[in-house]
Amino acid sequence: MSFTFIAAMFMAQWPQFRPADASTSADRVDHLYFFLTGITLFFTFLIFATIFYFMIKYRRRSEEERPPATEQSKSLEMTWIVIPSLICIGIFFWGASLFFAEARPPQGAMEVFVVGKQWMWHLQHPEGPREINHLHIPVDVPVRLTMTSEDVIHDFFVPEFRVKMDVVPGRYTSEWFQATKPGSYHLFCAQYCGTLHSGMTGTIEVMTPTDYAEWLRDNATTESMAQTGQQLFTRLGCDTCHLSDGSGSGPALQGRFGKQVTLRDGQNRVMDEAYIRQSILDPSSLPLPNYRPVMPTFRGQVSEEQILQLIAYIKSLGSGERTQAP
Amino acid sequence: MSTAVAEVPVESRVHYLNANYGIKSWLFTTDHKRIALLYLGSITLMFFIGGTAAVMMRLHLIEPAGALVQPETYNKLFTMHGVVMVFFFLVPSIPATLGNFLVPMMIGARDLAFPRLNLLSWYVYITGAAFTLYALISGGVDTGWTFYTPLSSHYLNTHVIATALGVFITGFSSILTGLNFIVTIHKMRAPGMTWKRMPLFLWSMYATSVIFVLGTPVIAIALFLLGLERLVHVGIFDPAIGGDPVLFQHLFWFYSHPAVYIMILPGMGVVSELVTCFSRKKPFGYIFIAYSSLAIALISFFVWGHHMFVSGQSVYAGFIFSALSFAVAIPSAIKVFNWTATLYKGSISYQAPMLYALGFIGLFTMGGLTGLFLASLATDVHLHDTYFVIAHFHYIMVGGAVMAYLGGIHFWWPKITGRLYHDGWARFAALVIFVGFNLTFFPQYMLGYLGMPRRYAVYPAEFQVLNVMSSAGASILGVGYLIPFVYLLWSIRYGPVAGANPWGAKGLEWETPSPPPTDNFEEPPIVTEEPYGYAEPEHAHV
Amino acid sequence: MSESAASSPLAVPPRESPHSASPALHHQFEVIEQQRDAGNFGMWVFLATEMLFFGGVFTDYIIYRSLYYSGFAAGSHGLEIDLGAAMMFVLLASSFTMAMAVHAAREGKHRPLIGFLTATIILGVAFLGMKFTEYFHKWQEHMVPGLNFHPALESLRGAPERTVELFMCFYFFMTGLHALHMIIGIGLLTVMTILAWRGKISRENYNRVEVSGLYWHFVDIIWIYLFPLLYLIGGRYK
Repeated sequence: MSFTFIAAMFMAQWPQFRPADASTSADRVDHLYFFLTGITLFFTFLIFATIFYFMIKYRRRSEEERPPATEQSKSLEMTWIVIPSLICIGIFFWGASLFFAEARPPQGAMEVFVVGKQWMWHLQHPEGPREINHLHIPVDVPVRLTMTSEDVIHDFFVPEFRVKMDVVPGRYTSEWFQATKPGSYHLFCAQYCGTLHSGMTGTIEVMTPTDYAEWLRDNATTESMAQTGQQLFTRLGCDTCHLSDGSGSGPALQGRFGKQVTLRDGQNRVMDEAYIRQSILDPSSLPLPNYRPVMPTFRGQVSEEQILQLIAYIKSLGSGERTQAP
Repeated sequence: MSTAVAEVPVESRVHYLNANYGIKSWLFTTDHKRIALLYLGSITLMFFIGGTAAVMMRLHLIEPAGALVQPETYNKLFTMHGVVMVFFFLVPSIPATLGNFLVPMMIGARDLAFPRLNLLSWYVYITGAAFTLYALISGGVDTGWTFYTPLSSHYLNTHVIATALGVFITGFSSILTGLNFIVTIHKMRAPGMTWKRMPLFLWSMYATSVIFVLGTPVIAIALFLLGLERLVHVGIFDPAIGGDPVLFQHLFWFYSHPAVYIMILPGMGVVSELVTCFSRKKPFGYIFIAYSSLAIALISFFVWGHHMFVSGQSVYAGFIFSALSFAVAIPSAIKVFNWTATLYKGSISYQAPMLYALGFIGLFTMGGLTGLFLASLATDVHLHDTYFVIAHFHYIMVGGAVMAYLGGIHFWWPKITGRLYHDGWARFAALVIFVGFNLTFFPQYMLGYLGMPRRYAVYPAEFQVLNVMSSAGASILGVGYLIPFVYLLWSIRYGPVAGANPWGAKGLEWETPSPPPTDNFEEPPIVTEEPYGYAEPEHAHV
Repeated sequence: MSESAASSPLAVPPRESPHSASPALHHQFEVIEQQRDAGNFGMWVFLATEMLFFGGVFTDYIIYRSLYYSGFAAGSHGLEIDLGAAMMFVLLASSFTMAMAVHAAREGKHRPLIGFLTATIILGVAFLGMKFTEYFHKWQEHMVPGLNFHPALESLRGAPERTVELFMCFYFFMTGLHALHMIIGIGLLTVMTILAWRGKISRENYNRVEVSGLYWHFVDIIWIYLFPLLYLIGGRYK
């Protein structure tokens, strides 16, 4: 036990045993982590020390010993029920409030779109540049990832930012972070996804604003995501129904992103990324009043990345409120 | 009466081991004690299979690029390690061996309520194990023991259905055992044995049985639907055709979380018996320990979502599961404090069973407290699916449950076999296991906090030092597990004859000869006193 | 902590040897009432596991039904409601005959016991016959997922094909699981009938019939849930 105690002390103080705290949430998570470490060590030590003390003081000295029964003590029981409960309640609120705060990205966060697939990460910036397994971002800017998977469940884990979120096929999940120190940080897939799960790693390259601007210039593409999306929109024939004046068989999409949509059965939805994806892949599940359900499904005709590009285009047509659903 | 029996050499008295000879008398037995031994043999075999996979994994992880096998094989190793250890070793371990042996004896009955169902449960276990071993031998399975979809339903070509079928079948073995225990404890207690006169081991077995009976059917359905999906591809879990992969996670964890309490509650029951006997004290807070077992069983059904905080489930669901997960920690804390208080002013001796019990208390405390890191939402985000989780559950399962299991085996060995083992070797093995265990798993807490994900066949070089430490510990742990094998088997033939009660323990099982007669008691007992009467001076057993 | 009963033979009357009480008493029990009690309780515990088992599937069904109502409604429309209703009545009748059989066993009335058990078995077999007829019809209509699922367009009623296929999957799984339990129940009752024929069921030893009755009633209750969930959601009676 002394070994474990000493080792734990090292862990808390020795830099090799702490991941870098490279994001705004890292410090806050670490504070809770070290508090929990303190509680763990305290109670473990308390129990071990008490047991050691009793083991020595009350060791059996003769075979005939018959120790008298000790009185039960309801008040002692209550004490060691109430105190741990209060500690647990405190830890719960601390962890939950931190979690809640970290679940919502700040307004105006920089967007990056992620598609995970066996066994690599495809990332795309709205300005157009695509990356595989490496993500370049500027320091001190909040970044919001919108993610989906093309095949199985993956997980986008950046230990040095203390963020993690599953990347699930069939839906969008999202996480956000704000890096605080330039550098190169590990990106791991943290949900077992098959043979090369341990190879599905990469880096997050955090750069100073000037370096990042330079990187964007060096990696500029001819089109932004929205422009690629617009081309797809035409190529797939979406513009034949979704006329911008609203006279087509489908509703106009200008200025609609983020606005509320009422379905035929009275249900209210918001036109966010998930709604648009569902409309593209399963339009019959979202019948609208005033429109005949004639939109065909595009399942099998668009990849997840192309859907994200279409979404970028529709966003660029003007939005209502920015949606921040996690 | 018991002193008279102790003088008679084992061989000339008829007891459950020599009442009949021949393989048919074992394979068709309905004697709960023989069935317990059948289970003991089978689960020991499964333990060594699962352990071999672990040894290979730790050897492989000495090098960042992997030292032993290809990633595909590594994935099969950790899957088989998990499947075998969870479903075929830990879940049955104490209930099917010590539980089967002791529940009727502690209650003062001749057998369980349904002896033939008991035998059936063993055959069902063997059948399930056969399917899983078939999967192992014919190439393995690489889904992870959690079988997450759509990976397991649509993306793997390994023997998923055979393995899932093996687990499915073995689940029925658990249900039958749980059913038997519940009915026995309700309906067959000896005259005078009220609920509050039962030993704490029985309270734990009862709580465990409730979880067996209510939780296991749900994983049966989960695995059945998984098999159906693999066969028919209709879209239950495949999002491309409208299914929900996260639904599988809910179904899976609805059982698998209570399952971890199936794995620890019996160990807690054993520890209650060991701590009281080896400090010659009745338990401090008997009723608190008893009710804690029930509370753990109840609350355990409502916390499964803490395995899914980052699965994309809603933040509010996360709050509820997190709060309840803290609630389920409290009864366990109550037990730890009560065990410690039991030692106060006791008369403590340090035979091997007590060393295992004390090791349990310490390691379970640490493992349980690290559970708080994972129950707390903000830290779980960082630690989920890293080596921290692996360290946490191994502290509880290996530092806790396996040590309690070994402690129980050592404690009741004289009762089961009629022989005493060499306590010096036993204490040495306990110490080796304790040291090896901590060296193996403590570094993994650090690895997890540093960010090393689990189920990784290769890893960044900066994690190597801690991995090598862990593998070194694993080699010590492995040796530690082999030592009892040797001296326990040796004792069956050459160990000194044990009397009815070599430890001076209280409990109905100690008032009958070792090994017990087939019907357990020469005369059916009548209970007139409270349990754990260690303070009474006149019951001075040898 | 305890005394053995033999230590003071005059103070505590010796328990009669278990084997003299009743030939049907198993050796682990003290008296026949304890055996009966344990048997009943054991069956209730088993039924609790069955509730969780079916409950798991029902939960999934309800989740997918709320997601894909149109497909599930279309699939439900395609089921033969008359046949389903007939199956319902057959099962209710069989529960009645089962209850009468248990009553006869308790009274020790040999002939009515065999009669009612046989009637229950016949009704159970009739149920299975109707079930398999319906399965056969589904096969003919090309509605069996995984085997020959090519439904006619009208039967989809505008819903996406795969949601109707998902419904049919649940239909076959849930009714198939139920049918499996029926088959086991019929087997159990056949064994009871044979035992009754051989005179092994008596007024002291009727518990096996009672326990089988519990099981049979449970299987009936599952159908009472299945029928509306599967057959009646199509909005036929708007």
